[in-house]
Amino acid sequence: MYQYDNIDQTIVNERVAQFRDQTSRYLSGKLTDDEFRPLRLQNGLYIQRHAPMLRIAVPYGLLSSKQLRKLADISDRFDRGYGHFSTRQNLQLNWPKLEETPDILEELSKVEMHAIQTSGNCIRNITTDQFAGVAPDEIIDPRAIAEILRQWSTFHPEFSLLPRKFKIAVSGSLQDRAIVQAHDIGLEFYYDEAQKMAIRVWVGGGLGRTPILGSVIREHLEWEHVLTYCEAIIRVYNLHGRRDNIYKARIKILAKALGIEEFKKQVEAEWQYLKNSPNTINESELKRVAKFFTAMPYENLSDQDYAYDEAIQNNKAFASWVKRSVHLHKQKGYRAITLSLKPHGLAPGDATSAQMRTVAELADLYSFGELRVSHEQNLILADVKLQDIFKVWEKAKSHQLATPNIGLLTDIICCPGGDFCSLANAKSIPIATSIQEAFDNLDYLHDIGELELNISGCMNACGHHHVGHIGVLGVDKDGSEWYQVTIGGKQGNDASLGTVIGPSFAAEEMPGVVKKLIDVYIKHRNPEERFIDTVRRLGVNPFKEHVYA
Amino acid sequence: MLNSQLILNQSISLDEWTYIPLPSGNEEVKKQAGKVVLFKLTGESLPTELQIDETVIPQTGKIIVPLSVYLKNRDALQTRLKNNEIALWLATHETLDVLLASEKDINVFPLIAVFVERFQDGRIFTLGNLLRTRYQFKNTLRAFGDVLQDQLFYLKRSGFDSYLIKTGKDVHEALKALQSFSDPYQGAVDIAEPVWKRKVR
Repeated sequence: MYQYDNIDQTIVNERVAQFRDQTSRYLSGKLTDDEFRPLRLQNGLYIQRHAPMLRIAVPYGLLSSKQLRKLADISDRFDRGYGHFSTRQNLQLNWPKLEETPDILEELSKVEMHAIQTSGNCIRNITTDQFAGVAPDEIIDPRAIAEILRQWSTFHPEFSLLPRKFKIAVSGSLQDRAIVQAHDIGLEFYYDEAQKMAIRVWVGGGLGRTPILGSVIREHLEWEHVLTYCEAIIRVYNLHGRRDNIYKARIKILAKALGIEEFKKQVEAEWQYLKNSPNTINESELKRVAKFFTAMPYENLSDQDYAYDEAIQNNKAFASWVKRSVHLHKQKGYRAITLSLKPHGLAPGDATSAQMRTVAELADLYSFGELRVSHEQNLILADVKLQDIFKVWEKAKSHQLATPNIGLLTDIICCPGGDFCSLANAKSIPIATSIQEAFDNLDYLHDIGELELNISGCMNACGHHHVGHIGVLGVDKDGSEWYQVTIGGKQGNDASLGTVIGPSFAAEEMPGVVKKLIDVYIKHRNPEERFIDTVRRLGVNPFKEHVYA
Repeated sequence: MLNSQLILNQSISLDEWTYIPLPSGNEEVKKQAGKVVLFKLTGESLPTELQIDETVIPQTGKIIVPLSVYLKNRDALQTRLKNNEIALWLATHETLDVLLASEKDINVFPLIAVFVERFQDGRIFTLGNLLRTRYQFKNTLRAFGDVLQDQLFYLKRSGFDSYLIKTGKDVHEALKALQSFSDPYQGAVDIAEPVWKRKVR
């Protein structure tokens, strides 16, 4: 993974000093609440219901075991011994003290980490596929460009106070796992006819209050121009995006209002001036960064391991975990493994400091000391030998990290919701846990098969409910909490937004509603048909009729 | 110590310019966006003819006049412009086209200022960048209004060299903020090359 040089380290150190100064000016009354707000937000610090919340950046979801141990130490020392992995592949602490955040940032800087631009109206953490570099369907590993984008966007002076937040995702595989169509800018890498790395540029996607899938603004962009082309897009947005209404301020609203053709015309006009300007990437910089993302020193192994196969034969629990949690790998004899942060009945995406240390140890022992965070809020060991998988399972199981539910109904994607977040209209964690408890029968769960269930506590959509096969949105009606249900949303190349099935439900009705949706699916599904495919084939009506019968 | 809120070329300086405000107009009309032309202005209104006509222009001294007022009184102000007495200011939601349509060479102005109504308004950075890089403005570029210490570094990187710090804020502390980061990553107006072209990494 990328390692800081002197320049990177100096920037992060100077940021710690700057934020320490800003915090102390705020605490001494020299900065007003309004003046401090964008400063703390651009350092990931929210003021929440019970305490501030600090969002720590995990660039494109990649962590070393050393960094994870530091996160464990920080959550013990400054928080309540756990953290929450978010849908932007970041880590959130729910109970830090405002006056201690500069110290937390200083601790982070010691392991090449920070909280820069994890919130606020600026370019946010760049996200990507959790299987980047190891997925068999990968064409281009997007992480080198993601790192170059990270550096370019860090304190970009022109784009430090945009109309609204700005999210970029990169993907280089056949199957999109980074939801590029639901980002302000989505960059899809491929090889063009000349076998040169090129990018398909998506723009104007986003979830939130007005969910919109992005449009292709440029089919073919040569990689060296990616920074200047993004500058052209964001410049048009910075000048013309709305600043009078926070709900209409995202780039998707501008692109929709102008129409993609007019928007594209303005971007291309701007780019004529920026093309080949100094931020154009050169070969040597790409090479310098790419060398941090070359293949691991793999052993030459057979793609079959008899002890592993035997364990699957003889151990039903192991077999059902393998079925869900072990993913194919580019390299023979290796697999990627997802460790579930979704044990039934606990907050999805939460990890205790002890679990973090366990995962760090597993990474050191079996996966070259690295791990990834997925936007589905699980942790991934990307490079595990077949012969080690059983040992990983045993250790993970003893720390509640091996629930065999990856990709299934109880692998719920969920924001912190009304229990923590001051933006939320409704709680989301209790909905998730009550649904998990209602589907605690593993055989039944596996029989239902692949299903993505996403829960957001408000229309800001941190739980990505619009792209859940089943989406749940917390809404406020006359001061009480209700839940609106959508079905038919999907991430990936054939992304779609879910359709609302009807009037919203009370919290205690939710497990029953999901059960009824599943009943309709079980009754009507064709062999091997997933829930989402049945919904697409039948439409919303049969589901709606049964739920409201 | 100088009693001034002005930072010019990285030191606290006396302000030799007088700012000419627009008389307050009618209540701002917030229009719904949707049409291209309105979108450009984000629903914010430009000065009205009445405001422009009622602006009082002092007869002597170095003055910073609103762009719209200058354009309306262009002929009458040419002699003073030649004497380096006329500078311009514009708001962040104004676009540069009218200025560029009127002046062949914007370097006739010894100073252009951008008014920041709310410090969260980042359009000023793009305006600074365009004035410096695309339109090659060489003279003093000033930010005034809700100008705070914590945006100075970005303003500097976007081409500004003059900052009138908001009244009541400590200008000496603000001065330090210009040095927040020693080696920024990306190329911008002040340092055109990105760090990977400036240094061996």
